[in-house]
Amino acid sequence: MSEIAIRAERLSKKYHIGKTQAKYKTLRDTLTDAFISPFRRAGKLLRGQSTGASELDETIWALKDVSFEIKKGEVVGIIGRNGAGKSTLLKILSRITTPIDGFAEIHGNVGSLLEVGTGFHPELTGRENIYLNGAILGMKRVEIDRKFDEIVAFAEVETFIDTPVKHYSSGMYLRLAFAVAAHLEPEILIVDEVLAVGDARFQKKCLNKMQDVGKEGRTVLFVSHNMPAITRLCKRTILLDDGSVLKDGPSHHVVSAYLNSGLGITGVREWNDLRKAPGNDIVRLCAVRVRTKDGRVTDAVDIREPVGIEVEYEVLKPGHVLLPNFGFDNEDGQCVFVTIDHDPAWRQTPRPVGRFASTVWVPGNFLAEGTLIVGVGIMTEDPLIIHFDESHAVAFQVIDSLDGDSARGNYTGTYPGTVRPLLKWTTKPYQDGNITTISGSQMESHVMSNYAPDRVSFSAHGLSESI
Amino acid sequence: MATKEHCEENPIISSSQSAKREGMPVIRIEPARGWVSLKIKELLAYRELIYFLMWRDIKVRYKQTVLGVAWALIQPFFTTVVFSLFFGRLAKVPSDGIPYPIFSFAAMVPWTFFAHGLTESSNSLVNSANLIKKVYFPRLAIPIATVLSGIIDFALAFLMLIGMMFYFGFVPTINIVWIPFFLLLALVTSLGVSLWLSAMNVQFRDVRYVIPFLTQVWLFSTPIAYPSSLLQEPWRTIYGLNPMVGVVEGFRWALLGTSTTPGPTLFASSFAALLIMFSGALYFRRMEKTFADVV
Repeated sequence: MSEIAIRAERLSKKYHIGKTQAKYKTLRDTLTDAFISPFRRAGKLLRGQSTGASELDETIWALKDVSFEIKKGEVVGIIGRNGAGKSTLLKILSRITTPIDGFAEIHGNVGSLLEVGTGFHPELTGRENIYLNGAILGMKRVEIDRKFDEIVAFAEVETFIDTPVKHYSSGMYLRLAFAVAAHLEPEILIVDEVLAVGDARFQKKCLNKMQDVGKEGRTVLFVSHNMPAITRLCKRTILLDDGSVLKDGPSHHVVSAYLNSGLGITGVREWNDLRKAPGNDIVRLCAVRVRTKDGRVTDAVDIREPVGIEVEYEVLKPGHVLLPNFGFDNEDGQCVFVTIDHDPAWRQTPRPVGRFASTVWVPGNFLAEGTLIVGVGIMTEDPLIIHFDESHAVAFQVIDSLDGDSARGNYTGTYPGTVRPLLKWTTKPYQDGNITTISGSQMESHVMSNYAPDRVSFSAHGLSESI
Repeated sequence: MATKEHCEENPIISSSQSAKREGMPVIRIEPARGWVSLKIKELLAYRELIYFLMWRDIKVRYKQTVLGVAWALIQPFFTTVVFSLFFGRLAKVPSDGIPYPIFSFAAMVPWTFFAHGLTESSNSLVNSANLIKKVYFPRLAIPIATVLSGIIDFALAFLMLIGMMFYFGFVPTINIVWIPFFLLLALVTSLGVSLWLSAMNVQFRDVRYVIPFLTQVWLFSTPIAYPSSLLQEPWRTIYGLNPMVGVVEGFRWALLGTSTTPGPTLFASSFAALLIMFSGALYFRRMEKTFADVV
């Protein structure tokens, strides 16, 4: 089986990004321009000079000279930062958009899955949507007939199959959408980050399904931010950065190169060789982990749940007061907040030699959705010594599963803000001079409930434990 | 677990299936250059998708409306009432010796089919932006399905038209067998115009504002409120270059037996309709490759 399934040769794609707005000098210019420009545009158009986009001058290369070959039966992962060109590559290979240079050859029929639930219609029932979505993804009617029961069982929506999907919970909706997609059987399957659906159990099921697809000898191209999934499913991985192939080889090599380059999302970073770890001869960094409330290491947390960031370090020389600290940046590179260990137990106490782990708990219903990049440092005050300061140590995603009890409520649109606290709201009929107040105890109980589940670990926050 | 068993069944199904497929298609993906073929064969391969999209449009059209499918009748009916009052009664517009209400309703039924198809499918690509950005299929399927989905509304209005004919004492003649042809002509025209407009709409949302205006102008350029017998030859044939003239006069001829027997006018209309459709399809195909980037 060394036949070629996909061959890409110098694929390039350029996108136009918004033109910088020309500045109007005077009101008169503004007005005359407002009158003249529609005519000028129409004139240009009639002469065939402009097709809208060409008027915009700034362009970026989403892909530049990307070449590779994929053999029949290979399962290949594609990784890279947001904006590295992964989606553009998949879009070209799925024939949704065309390259501006280079070409690709695809041997066999392609099924692409760039999004689950494309074409689902909220007014239609689950049954109807299975047929519609199946047809959109390129399945034949008889094929859908044959797999119908299997799809329904996989999605676990048997009882609701004749209910319009607008009444589905978002979890059910996603499960059904993935189930249809998972039963596509093309020779070449192109998948974009669709495993991030549903709860952990369903995600696992999806991963298993993907693994089965790979074992059947079909060619799979799989984009994901989920590094464990990539290494598990794919033997080979291509790392894209800035529209070019940065690395192409065995998955574990490429993935670890990616993670060490600080480009990836990972809930855990470990420095196995203490001599090479960040730090100095007083203290060295051993590991940073993102943990859920039940102690599991994770790279994705529910927006409603607290998240613990743990730094593990080895104190090599006694006698220094150590202050572990974390900085949280969002995807836009904005600093959301920083936090320094103020645990009274160690505040003024020089640290003995040994291995320690300090954890801070960020309450649920506080961070906004998206990726958070955590930097970790340990310092000593007076005189100030920064023992190490590792930016981009770990990263995790905050996910809102849209169950209606987060700060979003039932609103699903754009929700700006660097943090997203769940605040107490009250509404009552207005009376002159009445001022709504909140008593201290109410306030406390409300705030504290956010710090659940583990009040103990919160109050004992930052407590170092010996291992 | 039951689901686990399902997963294990899969390899058997798929391997037997892929064994059946032998001639391996090779797809070459290249930059868009020059004119492209219409790829009718590929479109035919996706006929099930067209069917499902059409079926979705029909199912969803009147969901959450109080009057539901009655809207298919209300619209042409009330326009006819208004026309009968103002043009028939007040302005005394001639109607080829036929009672004015049935005269204009016979025209309004195919017109509504045409105008609805045009309006809906011109916006269809923009409304399906999400689909276009995420899945590959011949984009032509979208406007085609949207125009076709108007057939149900047409059928209902047509039944009402037959009922009205009996009320006014008209018995359908053998010429009624030509109705499918005139309907096809309306369909081709509607599709042709929407191919142009929907493809342009992707890039220039101005189109959205042009459509209501266009349908209104077109309504009065078509002999719905008045007969085309007001025009003398050769003007009447030239007038037939508006394909809807052929459609409307054809409906009247086939159902009401008006003297406007289809002749040169119909040829002009058919020619114009085919021209619009083929040019529209070519333009659509040419623009298609940029849809996903622009929409």
